[in-house]
This record gives sequence, C-alpha cells and structure tokens, in this order.
Amino acid sequence: MFNLIARRLLQAIPTLWVVATATFLLLRLAPGGPFDDEKPLAPEIKEQIEAHYGLNLPLHEQYFAFLGNLLKGDFGPSYKYPGWDVQEIIAQAFPVSLELGLWGLLIALSVGIPIGTLAAIKHNTSTETGLMGFAMVGICLPSFVIGPILLLIFSLTLNWFNPLGWSYASDRVLPAVTLGLLYAAYIARLARSGMLDVLRHDYIRTARAKGLAERAVVIRHALRTALYPVVAYLGPAAAGLISGSFVVETIFFIPGLGPFFVNAALNRDYQMVMGTVLFYAVLIILFNLIVDIIQMWMNPRARHD
Amino acid sequence: MHRPPFFIPTLCLCALLSLLIGCAKKTTNVEYGNANQELFIGIGAEPATLDPHLLTGLTEYSVVMAFLEGLTTLDAESMRVRPGVAQSWEISEDGLTYTFHFNPKAKWSNGDPVTPEDFLFSFERILTPLLGAPYAYMLYPMRGAEAFHTGELTDFSKVGATAIDEYTLQIVLEQPTPYFLSLLAHNTWFPVHPPTILQHGGMTERISKWTKAGNYIGNGPFVLEDWRLNNRVYAVKSQHYHDTDSVKLNGIHFLPIDIETEERAFRTGHLHITESVPIHRIEWYRENSPETIHFATSLGVYYYMLNTEREPLNDPRVRKALAYSINREELTKHVLKAGQQPAYHFTPPNAGGYNAEARFPYDPDLARELLAEAGFPAGKDFPAFELLYNTSESHRTIAVAIQQMWKQELGIDIELHNQEWKAYLSTREAGEFDILRAAWFGDYDDPNTFLSLGETNNGNNHTNWSNAEYDALIKQAAVTLDPEARKAIFQKAETLLIDEMPVIPIYFYVTSRLIDDSVQGWYPSILDNHPYQAIELIGNE
Repeated sequence: MFNLIARRLLQAIPTLWVVATATFLLLRLAPGGPFDDEKPLAPEIKEQIEAHYGLNLPLHEQYFAFLGNLLKGDFGPSYKYPGWDVQEIIAQAFPVSLELGLWGLLIALSVGIPIGTLAAIKHNTSTETGLMGFAMVGICLPSFVIGPILLLIFSLTLNWFNPLGWSYASDRVLPAVTLGLLYAAYIARLARSGMLDVLRHDYIRTARAKGLAERAVVIRHALRTALYPVVAYLGPAAAGLISGSFVVETIFFIPGLGPFFVNAALNRDYQMVMGTVLFYAVLIILFNLIVDIIQMWMNPRARHD
Repeated sequence: MHRPPFFIPTLCLCALLSLLIGCAKKTTNVEYGNANQELFIGIGAEPATLDPHLLTGLTEYSVVMAFLEGLTTLDAESMRVRPGVAQSWEISEDGLTYTFHFNPKAKWSNGDPVTPEDFLFSFERILTPLLGAPYAYMLYPMRGAEAFHTGELTDFSKVGATAIDEYTLQIVLEQPTPYFLSLLAHNTWFPVHPPTILQHGGMTERISKWTKAGNYIGNGPFVLEDWRLNNRVYAVKSQHYHDTDSVKLNGIHFLPIDIETEERAFRTGHLHITESVPIHRIEWYRENSPETIHFATSLGVYYYMLNTEREPLNDPRVRKALAYSINREELTKHVLKAGQQPAYHFTPPNAGGYNAEARFPYDPDLARELLAEAGFPAGKDFPAFELLYNTSESHRTIAVAIQQMWKQELGIDIELHNQEWKAYLSTREAGEFDILRAAWFGDYDDPNTFLSLGETNNGNNHTNWSNAEYDALIKQAAVTLDPEARKAIFQKAETLLIDEMPVIPIYFYVTSRLIDDSVQGWYPSILDNHPYQAIELIGNE
C-alpha cells in the first residue's frame, strides 16, 4: 500500500512538470496577450506593465522564474484581477465548488447505481429499455438545457427554490441535481454493463444454486465486483465535479471556481490559467490515487499488483 | 438476517430533498431591500479592480463611483457639472487656470480630511509611468501631465497642479479645454487615500491589496464592506461623506450576474436593476411589462472598420457603395429590437451637445452606380474578401444580415470569419483584416472622443486611412475656445469622414435595463452614469 502511494506521488512530479510546461508554452503561442484590450494601451504603458510582471524577459527566463515560484507554491498575482493572488482566488472559490461537486457526486451515485443495477437485473425487459432510455436522455441533455428547465419548473413556477444564489441549504438542490444527472447517466450505463458481466460468472450461479434470495445475490455478491468500472470512472469524474462547472455555476450564480477556468483562458490571464490547470491536474492525480486504493480494497487480486 | 432495503440511499436523498423544498427564502431581495433601503443591482461581470487609476471598464466605474468622488460630480438627471469635493471654483479668463475651493466637510471614510495634497498625490500616482495606468492620458489636458507621463519631465512639481492652501487647489491647463469640468468626474481624476496606498506596497505598486474590503479608504457616499469574487461587492453608507444626509440608500449589493440569470433574478424579485436584457426577452417585456423595461441612448457607435490599404477597399467609391447598401432600419427594427438608432454618421447624437449634420444615404441604386464606376458593375469580378468579428451571437447575426444585403443589393459575396476576443484584438492590431467589426464608447461627453479616432496617428485608427486636412481640423478644434466655432469644425471633420468612409457606421447603442418600480432617482444617462446619492427605494407595503 505504502509502496503504491509513494510510487504514485513520485510519478506525479514528472506528470505535473509536463502539464506545467505544455500549458506555459501553449499560452505563449495563443494570439493576443493579457493586456490587450478594446482600447489598446500606449506602447510605453504596455512595456511598463509587462516589465512589472516580468513578461519582457526572454521566454526561457520567464519559464524558469515560473518554475521557481511554482516550487515555492506561489502562483503569483492574477493579471486580470490586480490585487488578487491566484491562490487567494482558488482558496475563496474552491470550497464552494467542492461542496457543490460533492452533492452532485452523491446524486450521481445514488441515482446512477440503482438505475444501472436494476436495468441489469431486468435485462431484456421494457424496464431496462425505459431506464436506459432515461440515462441516454441524461447524457444527451447538456446542463445548460437541464438547468433552465429545472429552474422553470421548480423555481419560477412552483416557487420551491430560489432561482439563484448559494446562501441557503435549499440553494444546493437544483444545481446539484443539474450537475449530478449527467454523471448519473454515465454511472448508470457503467453499472449496468458491470452488473451484466458479473451476473454471468460462475460464483453467482453458485450463490443462486445455494438458494440465496436474488436480492442477496445482487447486493452481497455481485455489486462489489460490478461497480469496479464505476469506481474507475469516479476518479476523473470526481475531480471534474468538484473543480467547478462553468455552466452550472453561471446559470445558478454560484461563486465557485468554474467561471475562472474558462475566463482565465479567454482573458489570457497566464498566471490564473497556470494556477487553475495545475490545481486541476493535482486533483486528478489525487483522485486517481484514491480510486486505486479503493479498487485494491474491492479486488484482492489487485493488492499484489 | 435483516438487510436494509436496496434503495435506501436513494430514499434518504429524496427525503432530504423534500425537506429542503420550501426552505427557499421567504422574503425576496427586493422586499428586503425596500424595507432596509438596500439596492440590489446587477453589474454583468466581476469587476477586475476597484482601483480608480487602473480600471478600464464601465462595470468597474459603476462600482467605484459609490466609493470615491472627484472634484466635481455630474447631476443624476441633467448630467450637468455639480460640486464634488470642490464646493466652488473659478476659471481664469484665458480658460487656462482653474481654482478649486474644497468643501471643508469632505472626509475620507476613516475621518481624515480630503486635502489638495491628496489630489496631488493621486495625480502623481496615475501619471507615474511605473504604475502603467491605462487611461492616464485622460489627465493630459493638465499642463505638463503628458510630459511627466512619458518621462520627459521627472519633477512632478513642474506639473500644472498646485496646493495653494489646505482648502484650495489650482490646476493649470495646456490649452483651454471646454469639457474640463466634466472630465474631473471621471475615475482617472478621482483621489486615492495616500496613507492607505503607501501602506500597501507604495505609490506605484499595481499588485496592491489596498482595494480589498477592510483596506479600502474612499471619500464617496459609500464604503466597501465586503468583496467576494463572483459573488458580490457590498457597499454600505459612509458616515463621513460630506453630504451624507442626501444619501437615502443604506447599502448597495453589486452582483456580477450573467445576463440570462439576471433576468430570472429580476423576475423573481431578487434584483432591483439589471445590467442588461437578453434580446429574446425584450419583446415580452415591451408587451407585458412596459413600465419595467428602460432604454437609454448611450454614447457608443457600432461600426465596421475598413482596411483602406487593401484592394478594392482603397477606392472610396467601393467603401461608399458598401455603406449605402446597408438597410439599417431593417437591422435595428427586426434584428436588434432594443430601439437602437440607425447610424448615418459617426458621432452619436447629442455628444456634448453636438449633433452631426452630415448624413450619408441608404440608397442601393446609388451604391450600385458607385460600384459600377469603380469597375465592378453588379459586383462582377469583385475580389473575395472577409468580414471579421469577435465571436458572439449578436455580432454574427448582424454580420449575416449585412452579408445578405451586400449579396442582394451589390452582388458581392463576402466570407464571415470570427475569432475569440484576444485573437481578434491581435489580428486587428496587426492590421490583418479586410473589414472588421468594431465599437467605440465615448470616454467623456464630447465629439472629440469620437472624431479623434480618425486621426492618422490615433492608436485606435487601424484603417490605414490618413487625411492631412482631417488631422488639421481635429487639431484646430482642440485649440478653439468658442463652443459654437468648435462644433462647426467638428461638423466639417464629420462631413469629410463620411465622404471618405474609412469606417461604416451601423448603429448607435442603447442600453436596456429592467428596473423595479420601487427604484426612484434613476435617470437615463448617455454615459450610463447613475449617481447612487440620487437613488431611493419606495416600497409598496
């Protein structure tokens, strides 16, 4: 176990380095710079500002300065929001996205797994077709469609929830459902195929032959193995869920991290892009590690890997 | 063995969700705001900064004017110049020397008096090249300001601003500037609190923390109570403002909400004033709730910039043919719908009291004739060219309509091309375009802010168009003191501009907003300038 964690953490270093370097180079290759605007700055002003942020240095010097700061854990100030440091912005916005993402994850799992499992048990029946059709709709409908529809029904018409904001416990419901449904649909499909696969195994036949109730067979024997693909999917999915969704956070006016990811790139806010990209990379690495640990616990064969 | 039912997690979740139903806020923001005199206003986007010397956008300005006040202010209704920090002033006969007498009650939000020295510090700060203030040129009418800003002059005491005594400030100008007093209400002329600036990194530190809630010291009617990114900027009434009795509001919540979300927020009583109205909702409000939707002409023009170095756009006849064949009425009525005015000249109406007399026609026949004269009868052999716009649904809609009009009227095929904002800016800067969508909003209420765009070496003239006569007219206007004579010069320049047509004006902007009927004291404003002192909330209990 410790070996695995240590190995993964060591592997993370070159991964992050590659991500950082690629992002750094891609950003510099993108046309336009952080200080271009509708009314262009006088050249001498632009020079001053660029000198202020060290953007006048040769590219390799900028790169090493950037890596140096990174090692100190310093993402530097945002170009777009002078006065705010990148880590300050992440620290303010991430907890909100984290909470929203965890609620979304909860919904995704508690809707997705039962639907997928049920569909597999009722294989080749109209129940399965209905449930999987529902999941397909979930995958096809983007959140900028689901969100406004939910708002129209539950907020504007029924007046059960506030249409925007993040102040009350009830404000979590609609955004979390919007966010969770998409993932629920994927999870349902994975759970179904996992379950179908497992139900064909000999040990399930044995369990059934012993006279166990079908529910016991499914829950105690099949489910753990059947969820293996779901768990593998959860690593990147959870990282995506908790790092904020541009669409959901914009529709519901939630002060999370999502809009910063997108706007940082559009604004050519180099520091902010580097900060958010690396933050996301760390989250993915972390969650993949957690997933590996969970999978080891689920599957004894993997422990000796 | 008893086992929990299979769907227990799902059932728990459903139970939890149903518990939360109906926990929505019982009073809306508007109800709460009306009871407590707190305004909820949408500002569209997160303000990039609250530093008056670094900000560039209207969003930021609309927030900062709650916290800071210049020597003069503008009246909410008439936009005439009113006293600000200066309660009175004298202007010398040659129009060069302005002497301002400070209101002794003018205070910073920590109780310090606002002094002429504070203004000198602020002028020096914005003009110091190291700060890199994008709009420092707004101070150039002041003697020596440009020289100091470009580094030719290093001794700030040589710049034309002097503290005569603790209540008197004198400003000497380069040349008479008729709009100088209204310029003073612009954020670049706002004072900053020197001790606060010095405490947070020094005079010329861009990346300063002084703009954070808790640090921010202003001299305006409100103080910054809270600033959370993508959430809100919260302003509360200042106890030290010199005219605090006239301020009715106790607080302002500035909310950076996206346009569609904003409309939903308004509909459910969570906003008093929106920043904008989605185009597809305008019709509905016009019909069903005309008292809540408000339009105001604004000092902005939407236009196409032509690269006059490229063939065939180097021929004025071709440029005119393109301009004359656009049906602007159709465009504004059926595509834009918010009451935009078709533009048949460049400077928006009523800019500093100036209304352009020059007009070009909508005349497809004349356009075809001109095109034939230029050697392209019925668009025959017209070379392929491109129209570039920054990626946006509304620019695309307009471009498609115009593409269609040119095809129908002139037989010309153009290609549409879009680039995301920063890429578009860099293409424009490099001059790598044929026709390019552009817009310009006035920095101050005067035709100069528009017509100077046509000057040969204006940084925003990307058309490659250069005309010595035009340049001379703009220079002449700058030194003409008599307002009528000055307007006459601008009329000549405008006539010349549309006769040469390096730019094709399309429409003049309007702002559209949804405003709750409890809001009093909000007037249409050409500069979109709405002093918060004038606003009061009258709730219907």
